[in-house]
Amino acid sequence: MKMLATNAYGADLSPDTTAQARRVGPPILKVEHLSREFGGVLAIGDLSFTIAAGDIHSIIGPNGAGKTTLFNLVTGVYKPSGGRVLFDGADVSGMAPYRLAARGMSRTFQNLQIFFNMTALENVMVGRHLHLNTRLLPALFRFPSLVRKDREAKDRAAQLMTEVGLERYIDADAASMPYGALKRLEIARALASEPKLLLLDEPAAGLNATESREIDEVIKSVAAAGVTIVLVEHDMKMVMGISHRITALNQGRMLAEGTPQEVAANADVIAAYLGAAP
Amino acid sequence: MNALLHGRLTGLLALGAVIAVLPAFLPNNFYLDIAILAGFNAVVCVGLNLLIGYAGQISLGHAGFFGIGAYASGVLVGVYGWPPVLALLAGAVFVGLLAFLVAKPILRLKGHYLAMATLGIGIIVSIVLRTESGLTGGPDGMMVEPFRIFGVELYGEKVWYWVVGVLLVGVVWLSLNLIDSPMGRALRAVHGSEVAAEVVGVDTARFKVLVFVLSAVFASVAGSLFAHYTGLITPAKADFFKSIELVTMVVFGGMASTFGAVVGAVVLTLLPQALTVFQDYQQIVLGGILMATMVFMPKGLLPTLAALLPARRRA
Repeated sequence: MKMLATNAYGADLSPDTTAQARRVGPPILKVEHLSREFGGVLAIGDLSFTIAAGDIHSIIGPNGAGKTTLFNLVTGVYKPSGGRVLFDGADVSGMAPYRLAARGMSRTFQNLQIFFNMTALENVMVGRHLHLNTRLLPALFRFPSLVRKDREAKDRAAQLMTEVGLERYIDADAASMPYGALKRLEIARALASEPKLLLLDEPAAGLNATESREIDEVIKSVAAAGVTIVLVEHDMKMVMGISHRITALNQGRMLAEGTPQEVAANADVIAAYLGAAP
Repeated sequence: MNALLHGRLTGLLALGAVIAVLPAFLPNNFYLDIAILAGFNAVVCVGLNLLIGYAGQISLGHAGFFGIGAYASGVLVGVYGWPPVLALLAGAVFVGLLAFLVAKPILRLKGHYLAMATLGIGIIVSIVLRTESGLTGGPDGMMVEPFRIFGVELYGEKVWYWVVGVLLVGVVWLSLNLIDSPMGRALRAVHGSEVAAEVVGVDTARFKVLVFVLSAVFASVAGSLFAHYTGLITPAKADFFKSIELVTMVVFGGMASTFGAVVGAVVLTLLPQALTVFQDYQQIVLGGILMATMVFMPKGLLPTLAALLPARRRA
């Protein structure tokens, strides 16, 4: 029973009243028949779904379901074996991550990818890369316009760090920061690039309950500012609490899609997580 | 911000002051000559440090670029009668193009593989210099005309000391500017995490190529001027051992520290001279000092010393 599997996107299908109250945005990300294999093993198989602009859209599934592979395919870290990824209406399949970033897509990583050779603030300033003069000669000779914009970038980075609750680490070296703070530092860095679509890969993994709740608030405020969020997360309380839509994967394939209530009630999803009898 | 600006200016002023007063303490031209050689090495190391220390890429072939610059000046001025400034620029442009052409394919490699590829470039350059004896004089090397500009001939240690001093301050200034800029942060981000740099829009391949070309051009310019200063160049200046020496200076002084690269170059230029008292055991003592430094100061000389000072963290 594959209820609401593909093309199930429509507010009228949803029994959830809060979802009905929300206006569904135009699709910002479309994945069509996407597949990726590693040495004959199918990590993602014939996967299709749509993410609407303005949503917090979660991808869930047991370990090995292909969630991180999906992220890597969408963000250009891996090239798909088949199928397409459409971002803002354009085919971006296999496009390099830095080009996708210029189109307004950024992400965080399940295993932290921090620039440990820099300060926390500089990490976030790298996120401003696309909005700054990154040519060689102005840098070598310190053009005044470059210095001025750099100063603005620094202020903006500090502001972003404050917004994600990292104001006390602004002058810290990234290498000296605790794990929970680094998780947020990645979010601040991604936000500095001003993405339209932000993919968060397990932002709450390894955090305690208080920290998780704080990340929860950060995500909600980012979404409220108009950034579409794709969230991979194992913390079901968080997923059920903040998602507008959920796509459930199992073994690289679509298992179910719908509102949190629909997915939580889906027998296939429950079976995949708990291993029910066939 | 203020502290950083402060740090950059004080560092530059300190370097300028040391260069300005040093000749007063050097009793004769022999010491001045060593200072000049240290200065040339420092110029190359500051550029190499941008590649190794900041962008996290290795090159075991930079002496090759130094050698091309040196021989470009030697051949173009000596054989074809070009003005030295033009020869220097032509050498730098040629090295820049060569570095650009080889950078794209080899900078895709990482770690040992990149080291091997750059090593290969250096070896090819030194073989060409050895065998094209019609132009280069072969293994015996070639004489190089003195540097003339606006009818003035640069001659003697006293003049060259100031030429190299000004060049070094300039190169350090450029390097400090670059590091504290969006491009500089992109370079350090490439070192920190390539994939994280990419997802915020950094074209990592482009910046790796750029910094490789830039550091090669620094080496070429230093090579050109060095050739005019010494008046005699040999292929040994472009060979594998010279490349290793340059990398050692950068690592010894402190990676990702511009002044560390200068200190590394100066110390490792002086050390062999100071160790001549050990005569036959000179190389063993030198090796021992290098090993001990890397074991006890893995971050390099300057960053380790800077960390000992309580208030200052940035060198």
